[in-house]
Amino acid sequence: MISPQSDLELEERGTTAGTSYLAEGFTIWSWLSTRDHKRIALLYGVSITLFFFLGGIAAALIRLELATPQGDLVTADTYNKLFTAHGVIMVWLFLIPSIPSVLGNFLMPLMIGARDLAFPRLNLASWYLYLLGGAIVLWALLVGGVDTGWTFYTPFSTMFSNSHVVLCLVGVLVVGFSSILTGLNFIVTVHTMRAPGMGWFRLPLFVWANYATSLILVLATPVLAMTLLLVGIERLFQVGIFDPALGGDPLLFQHLFWFYSHPAVYIMVLPAMGVASEIIPCFARRPVFGYRFMTYAILAIAVIGFLVWGHHMFVSGQSVYAGMVFSLLSFMVAVPSAIKVFNWTATLYKGRITFDAPMLYALGFVGLFTIGGLTGLFLAALALDVHLSDTYFVVAHFHYIMVGGSVMAYLGGIHFWWPKITGRMYSEAWGRLAAVIIFAGFNLTFFPQYLLGYAGMPRRYHSYPEEFQMLHVLSSAGAVTLAVGYLLPLGYLAWSLRYGRPAPRNPWQATGLEWQAASPPPIHNFAQPPVVVRGPYAYKP
Amino acid sequence: MSVPFRLLPLDGAQSATRLDSLALCLLLLTGVVALGVLLLMIVFCVRYRAASTASREHPPAKGRLVEISWTVIPMLLFLVLYAWGAVDYVSLYRPDPAATPVFVVAKQWMWKAEHRNGRREVGQLHLPLGRPVRVVLTAQDVIHSFFVPAFRIKQDAVPGRYTSINFTPSRAGEYQLFCAEFCGTEHSTMTGKIVVMPPAEYAQWLAAGPRQPGMAARGFALFRSYGCSGCHAAGSSVHAPDLSNLLGRRVHLQDGRVLTADEAYVRDSILVPRKDIVAGYEPIMPSFAGQIGEEDLLAIIEYIRESGHDQPTERP
Repeated sequence: MISPQSDLELEERGTTAGTSYLAEGFTIWSWLSTRDHKRIALLYGVSITLFFFLGGIAAALIRLELATPQGDLVTADTYNKLFTAHGVIMVWLFLIPSIPSVLGNFLMPLMIGARDLAFPRLNLASWYLYLLGGAIVLWALLVGGVDTGWTFYTPFSTMFSNSHVVLCLVGVLVVGFSSILTGLNFIVTVHTMRAPGMGWFRLPLFVWANYATSLILVLATPVLAMTLLLVGIERLFQVGIFDPALGGDPLLFQHLFWFYSHPAVYIMVLPAMGVASEIIPCFARRPVFGYRFMTYAILAIAVIGFLVWGHHMFVSGQSVYAGMVFSLLSFMVAVPSAIKVFNWTATLYKGRITFDAPMLYALGFVGLFTIGGLTGLFLAALALDVHLSDTYFVVAHFHYIMVGGSVMAYLGGIHFWWPKITGRMYSEAWGRLAAVIIFAGFNLTFFPQYLLGYAGMPRRYHSYPEEFQMLHVLSSAGAVTLAVGYLLPLGYLAWSLRYGRPAPRNPWQATGLEWQAASPPPIHNFAQPPVVVRGPYAYKP
Repeated sequence: MSVPFRLLPLDGAQSATRLDSLALCLLLLTGVVALGVLLLMIVFCVRYRAASTASREHPPAKGRLVEISWTVIPMLLFLVLYAWGAVDYVSLYRPDPAATPVFVVAKQWMWKAEHRNGRREVGQLHLPLGRPVRVVLTAQDVIHSFFVPAFRIKQDAVPGRYTSINFTPSRAGEYQLFCAEFCGTEHSTMTGKIVVMPPAEYAQWLAAGPRQPGMAARGFALFRSYGCSGCHAAGSSVHAPDLSNLLGRRVHLQDGRVLTADEAYVRDSILVPRKDIVAGYEPIMPSFAGQIGEEDLLAIIEYIRESGHDQPTERP
């Protein structure tokens, strides 16, 4: 095992003393007016956690309703509003911003040896936009809710839904601008603010992943904004963009919507891959296997991810030939994802592996992401998708990727960098217990849904034929377990803030630049710009 | 309904068995990969845990050959699976001239079907066993999706256009029909029943019960009343394309494209006549958009389909 001292000779000038960013001002205003990327990351962290639990409550009610085949707990209308609320909150207010805005915001400057992001005020503005958008969405839910599903398919959303669609669209639109600003900030930061010696192929994979994600955010989110604007215009003025009765085309909406929303899946999962690529080498004490291949895979996923949106529309009536092209590209995007899984596994080979809480989350991430990715092949295979699309198979698949993947990695990252962020250690035993409970609860919740889907259970059903009940009951039981698993970190992490033992500068003996700063880091991270003389992951078994 | 749960829904159509084999193949392949990765992870985690004394000498930093092989091999396997899925997909959607068309209109929240002889039904659909069927779909309000798990088929019904899907029921019985695309408050009650009967029984069923005049006969009357016959009838002085035997025929267009005439093509030709102009004809046909209802359109299409035969007859 290497000692922290051996890092020092390489990045000596980076270490600093000085007031920690947490101690610099204690008033509420000092937080609300901060331009420090680390404080903004915490602001995001608190608000995102709030939305996560709101979305979780909606999920819990959905699973409770589905424990019996009759729709007896809530009315059909309420049920539809619940799953819409769950989707809108989780996708736009939790999954998309979670890792980039919280961990990315905190770590990107530290990892590349910068004092802050390139545009600190813009960074704060994007948090305010996020909060404003989130508040508008909550407002829409409080005044009566939306029943279109998070996909807002036309002409239902434009002509037939009697709920607060426009208000909700405005909220999502505003949050979208927050994403664009964050993406822009990251891109400029990575291009212009790397420390001396920090070449492109010395960037940690977490930085690469967030960089690629930012490119997607900046290129795809404007399309979402236009789409939502068009839906709003259509709904308010009936101009006939998407409504066939007025000469419009409902499939046009789907093309525009998925052109953003498929890349959005990679916005959620690429940063998660970045987190796993930091944690696994650290706890295996091995450099990540095939660093260059890993970066190419990230870029390949980001590029090909733009070209596969049509695979959401195999049964929509789009041309058969379009379907064939989108299917082929969907199989191709699975290749770089597979490469990453193989490389993480190979990183373990000849390592010196310890199983602290972050590692358990990261290994859980790899397992769940593998299952989610492989079942994606079933949906990419054209004829099979005809049977499986819009069933619970799809629900299970994207929860494995988005919850099993993104949320596991997000929690892993929170645990990994918690000592750096807060300057405190949490209870390792509770951390491991929570990781195991979440992994078990997750599989119990979502694995039965694959079976349900193949058996023909359609999604978004408020009541369902009796023969599906057994699997639904299993899934609901899993959801209870999962809820317990998610509440645990809330408890022991909060506990650690007060009672946790002070964290050393580098508790995991990690080699990333961020561990050279004090825990918690001082305001400007490094007193002098560190000089980087080697690539990332300088672990020795 | 007290149907016992089945992991594999009954295979009620010929294509279902083929689809299950594809699914099984994929399951085996992905299962082997998933178990392989899992097994390797467990082996490495145990063998190279911090406390173990296993040798860590000469750890590989990169392995170009390994990496290339685990990139190329999955890619080749994926290509095979892609081709299999694509071939089966095309066969579901390629217009099959031998298939009997059935017309289904979806609306919030019911399925309405009309058979060629004018027999109509709501919430259920009777089909003959062992005969290829082509369900032609449209929707009156929002997007719905026609989903029969036992047949492993699904097709969205989109307002303003016709979509269709082919299959051959291979087992008599009753099957569940679901709406798979979220369509509003009562989405989960928009279910129905597919009844597959032996052909003789089906013919009997078709002849009995409530119906209106055969679709083709009604279509013929509409064909005249909308003035279509003024140009398209044999011996008309206007130079208009011949419509006999049009459905399923290859049509050469002015701009060089060639397409196979299906219901959607005929519908577009009536509502948007300038979209696909037939080679050798002037674009003189007026649009009937806004003047003609979906049901009338379907009847006229049926008349055109039948007009290739000697006289409009009702065939089961």
